[in-house]
Amino acid sequence: MERGGIPTACIALVRNVAEVLRAPRMLAVPYRFGRALGEPGDADGQREVLRALLALLERPGPGPALEDYAIR
Amino acid sequence: MASWDELPLMYRFSIRAYRWRTVAGAPWATLRVKLTEARVALVTSAGLYRLGVDADFGTREGEDLSARYLPSDTAINALAIGQTSDAFDRGAIIKDKNLALPLDRLHELAAAGEIGAVAPRAVSFNGSLLAPGRFIKQTAPGIVDALRVDEVDAALFVPV
Repeated sequence: MERGGIPTACIALVRNVAEVLRAPRMLAVPYRFGRALGEPGDADGQREVLRALLALLERPGPGPALEDYAIR
Repeated sequence: MASWDELPLMYRFSIRAYRWRTVAGAPWATLRVKLTEARVALVTSAGLYRLGVDADFGTREGEDLSARYLPSDTAINALAIGQTSDAFDRGAIIKDKNLALPLDRLHELAAAGEIGAVAPRAVSFNGSLLAPGRFIKQTAPGIVDALRVDEVDAALFVPV
């Protein structure tokens, strides 16, 4: 997708896998499998995860960029 | 942080032997517009699909490498989960599909002016793949083409 000119940002559920994959932009979240955005029904928390993910898109290259998400 | 210890024993053994790919060396595409002007697409590996409209996943012989394209005005809580793995909290996603496809949240950010727009379609596939290389070769180019048609500026990936 990046080769096609479309920047990407990806949520990572397991940090050590993200370290191996080295995708261009990854956000390691402190959540379990199936809960990439946090808790069901927590719209505020889900928006914050998305904001952090979107912010990675504005980082200057080159990557890879791997950030840890801190619950806000 | 998710842990392999959450998974059934069978998966823990499989993952121990799994050879993860490295995408190092992949090109870095730069966001060409401000985030507040960007058209953003969502891509999920949850295998979400529209009942009665889209084909289910996992119904073909072998791995289902196909993708579904979900209009951004889809009522996401009516979507079915076609992911064939049971190694994630399916109940949480059944309660709130935004955990796998945060379309409602992305619409809210667009309405608040934090992004330019939500792309007209989201992409969904079954991420439970033993041979991701085939998915990359056979399916990913079509997804990129679709996102280009939709004039997408950036894509966000949500795993399960």
